[in-house]
Amino acid sequence: MKKQILTLIFSILPTFAFAAGGGVHLDSAPIDISDMDSVKRGAKHFVDYCFSCHGAEYMRYNRIARDTGMTDAELREELIFTTNEKGEPTKVGSLMKVAMTDDYAKKAFGTAVPDLTLTARARGADWLYTYLRTFYVDPYRPTGMNNLVFADVSMPNVLSSLQGMQKAVYKKETRQGVEVEYVDHLELAQPGSMSAEEFDAFVADLVNFMVYLGEPVQNERRSLGIKVLIFLVIFFVFAYMLKKEYWKDVH
Amino acid sequence: MGKLIGWIDDRFPLMKMWNEHLAEYYAPKNFNFWYFFGSLALLVLVIQIVSGIFLVMHYKPDAELAFASVEYIMRDVPYGWLIRYMHSTGATAFFVVVYLHMLRGLMYGSYKKPRELIWLFGMMIYLALMAEAFMGYLLPWGQMSYWGAQVIISLFGAIPVVGEDLTLWIRGDFVISDATLNRFFSLHVIALPLVLIFLVVAHILALHEVGSNNPDGVEIKKNKDENGIPLDGIPFHPYYTVKDIVGVVVFLFFFATVMFFFPDGGGYLLEHANFIASDPLKTPEHIAPVWYFTPFYAILRAVPDKLLGVGAMGAAIVLLFFMPWIDRCKVKSIRYRSNIYKINLAVFVVSFVILGWLAMQHVTSTITLLSQIFSLLYFGFFVVLFITSKNEETKPVPDRVTE
Repeated sequence: MKKQILTLIFSILPTFAFAAGGGVHLDSAPIDISDMDSVKRGAKHFVDYCFSCHGAEYMRYNRIARDTGMTDAELREELIFTTNEKGEPTKVGSLMKVAMTDDYAKKAFGTAVPDLTLTARARGADWLYTYLRTFYVDPYRPTGMNNLVFADVSMPNVLSSLQGMQKAVYKKETRQGVEVEYVDHLELAQPGSMSAEEFDAFVADLVNFMVYLGEPVQNERRSLGIKVLIFLVIFFVFAYMLKKEYWKDVH
Repeated sequence: MGKLIGWIDDRFPLMKMWNEHLAEYYAPKNFNFWYFFGSLALLVLVIQIVSGIFLVMHYKPDAELAFASVEYIMRDVPYGWLIRYMHSTGATAFFVVVYLHMLRGLMYGSYKKPRELIWLFGMMIYLALMAEAFMGYLLPWGQMSYWGAQVIISLFGAIPVVGEDLTLWIRGDFVISDATLNRFFSLHVIALPLVLIFLVVAHILALHEVGSNNPDGVEIKKNKDENGIPLDGIPFHPYYTVKDIVGVVVFLFFFATVMFFFPDGGGYLLEHANFIASDPLKTPEHIAPVWYFTPFYAILRAVPDKLLGVGAMGAAIVLLFFMPWIDRCKVKSIRYRSNIYKINLAVFVVSFVILGWLAMQHVTSTITLLSQIFSLLYFGFFVVLFITSKNEETKPVPDRVTE
């Protein structure tokens, strides 16, 4: 036991630092979190393409409706397609849980499917934006696909019908006397239903929604913050004048 | 009003306490910028206690529910996000303010006779604060909460003979688990806050017994007028209450800027991996302590032997307790001390900051070497101070404060 703990500590200790990032270049996500129309489009994409496997179990449906200006009827129409255990349509105030169990996911994909509520906060918008756009054909993977940002990922490329199929263009280089082969860039091998620009905009909306999903209150937070700071600046003037008044008889 | 106060005063020393600690507590009139941080530390303590009370109303200390309950606070509790960010920003603010407060003590010799006990109570507050922050960090029950606690608790395992039993006793289980979460919750919300409040009261009582030091390091009680009031003293209330309000507003400006615009501090205040629920089977790629522990962590990492590393880390903190006896110079303020002392203190502060940065870097041989160099400089401060302070060449200290 003692040995195990020591091994554990020494295996962890050297990594007690921030990640170098893996060295993959991340594209900057062209998102605007105050653009609620984009968030709304992203919510639709999320429900259509992610939500059959991934949940967002800390988020309530009607929070999206409230923040993007939808009515409950629109919410049911656009985002809720599931039923609860009794077979009734899922209630608008429900948490966005997914029906797929971890057991099923392990059989299907070899791993549990992560919840996506906080993924944007854990990974960052740029990571998501790059990840979703850098799947490429790799016959050695069970799904037939690999990813530049998340090597050997278990997730299939669910957006391939939109994006098309990308293949990797490899390059050889001698680094420190060893010849290494690496992916130089990806190129479209088979077009999908969207042009590259359309697809980038589609992913940007989806990522924008996921950033919103990570912290739905963020726009309200910033706007309240500005008011608080303005108040403090004004209060400072009075506090400073009060101090001056009292201190003029010191010395 | 006067009648009511009279009624109370016959039964409780209300006005006596008011006068002793505020209206007739004479503080030196030459306090500068560095003297804001004591009252600010008290303000942050109040912020933490009040926001903490509201968090506990909604948080669930249960391994199955804890992570979700934090997101419930962030999403469903009205202004829960504000309370939560206030508390998480408050933890960082607490250490910023306390580190600056301690540096003030080092610069102006505030730990020297007759203020040794103030310093010791202060160091105990610092220690309790570290324990409080460490246990609080487990509560969100994210990956960094879990694995950070795992690593830190395992450090106790380095202690010979009892180490392993000790870690078991702390965790209440063979791994970090529900049992650990529950006891850390209890300690975080009840035991340590009580200890902190008791120590803060002792710290302030000891201060008001001997009186405040000041940037000149002269004792204002040596020069009193015919009424026994120090010539260089002014009543804390109203002079320093109105001055501290200005400090509070400036502090709150910075506090609100972080809280409203950078609540996760780019991953340094709320770490990215802590947005993933804890998973005992998946170790995060990189486990990093929060910034306020990093200088000590760098010292731990700098020593190749684990037991010695833990010992060095402990010594880095314990040595500070002995400052009143390590520093043998009679002159208090840095203003009248030798260049050796000034350089020595500057090197110490720079080493502390650089060590903090080093602990956040990926380990390479260069980083390790730098950590070793700056650890030596950190400990060198105490050695150089002990040797040079006995017969230090100092400048003449004025009788009265200079401003």
